[in-house]
Amino acid sequence: MLTKRIIPCLDIKDGRTVKGVNFVNLRDAGDPVELAKQYALKGADELVFLDISATLEGRKTMIDMVLKVAEHVNIPFTVGGGISSIADVDVLLKSGADKVSINSSAVKRPELVNELANKFGSQCVVVAIDAKQINGEWIVHLAGGSIPTDLNLFDWAKEVESRGAGEILFTSMNNDGTKAGFANEALAKLSETLNIPIIASGGAGTVQHFVDTFKEGKADAALAASVFHFGEIAIQDLKEALRENNIEVRM
Amino acid sequence: MKLVIINYGAGNIKSIQFAFKRLGYDAILSNNPDEIKAADKVIFPGVGEASSAMKMLKESGLDTLIPTLKQPVLGICLGMQLMCKSSEEGNTKGLGIFDVDVKRFNNTVKVPQMGWNTITDLKSDLFKGIKNQEFMYSVHSFYAENCKESIATTTYSIDFASALKHNNFYGVQFHPEKSSTVGEQILKNFIEL
Repeated sequence: MLTKRIIPCLDIKDGRTVKGVNFVNLRDAGDPVELAKQYALKGADELVFLDISATLEGRKTMIDMVLKVAEHVNIPFTVGGGISSIADVDVLLKSGADKVSINSSAVKRPELVNELANKFGSQCVVVAIDAKQINGEWIVHLAGGSIPTDLNLFDWAKEVESRGAGEILFTSMNNDGTKAGFANEALAKLSETLNIPIIASGGAGTVQHFVDTFKEGKADAALAASVFHFGEIAIQDLKEALRENNIEVRM
Repeated sequence: MKLVIINYGAGNIKSIQFAFKRLGYDAILSNNPDEIKAADKVIFPGVGEASSAMKMLKESGLDTLIPTLKQPVLGICLGMQLMCKSSEEGNTKGLGIFDVDVKRFNNTVKVPQMGWNTITDLKSDLFKGIKNQEFMYSVHSFYAENCKESIATTTYSIDFASALKHNNFYGVQFHPEKSSTVGEQILKNFIEL
């Protein structure tokens, strides 16, 4: 049976992890490769690296990092942040990334999704969507939730699916950072509307939140950062708890 | 041990090369027929769309070379699918090494199947030391039907062939290079065939 995936997300700036990481046994907590290796050992199913570098130099460093991760890590990983062309994706995939995630570049030019799916296959095209619920309606936002668009979450998700996206990474800006749980109602609606996998993101605080997002939110995968980085939830414990709740996971 | 990964422009071959490097082997990337013929073991990778991958294979003349190879050949993901008779993806005629057709998952499940699923009914030395029901990572919308040549089965809406074998030809639908230490063991087994 296909299992539900647990995905730690690492923010990367100039080739280093940004958010503080509280891991024992790490020689260098800022080294994404060290951290990725640890997560692979601890049972993470996949990893996401989000490049938040603002400079061209930083982006070049990202490619070196992707090469090193591919060299040392034996689980799949996705790279996102600042990707806006076929050439950007080509170099990342050739460096060993399994998937890329695009966000605002897809909103600005939706044809990019078609171009990437045609050139590289849908399996490596993840469309990340940040959305905020305003007066009952889920509105797609850009720039980490600061800029509203005129797109409705469900319409936009349906559109990128028809354009060839292979997966949706949905972050609820209402839930992100709250540690109060995932946006399960919206997630369930996405899962029922679309026929591609949905990754839940934003709001993870407890083990129960993961149980809920797989059961109520019908998510295919759940992504989190700080609960893993600060050791608040150990992936192995989380998976055992999921299994006790009859949620299939890889052990 | 001369290990060649066929480089015809398709797929995430860097990851396969790195996986062999972690096992202590230097794999060469090549599209040179003489170099491929001279290898001890050949890897036939593939990620992407079937008809365009087959087109690239034809342009380099590798479509006629691969079926004549005598050493162990391992097709991975789309590589395995292209070794079958045909694929529904882009109505593609395959290399016909495996006597089976490749079909699309129906929409009762999410397509692509993305993530970790179990392999069962393991039937070859390729799986030496691998337990039944081990988890492997795959990403695919198309599958080879279960058949006489199946050496592993996976269930996703239906039971399908997650690995195939015909004489010296092997194929796996999953990505051993991305399937943690179990996947690395399968690659090691292939080297030791």
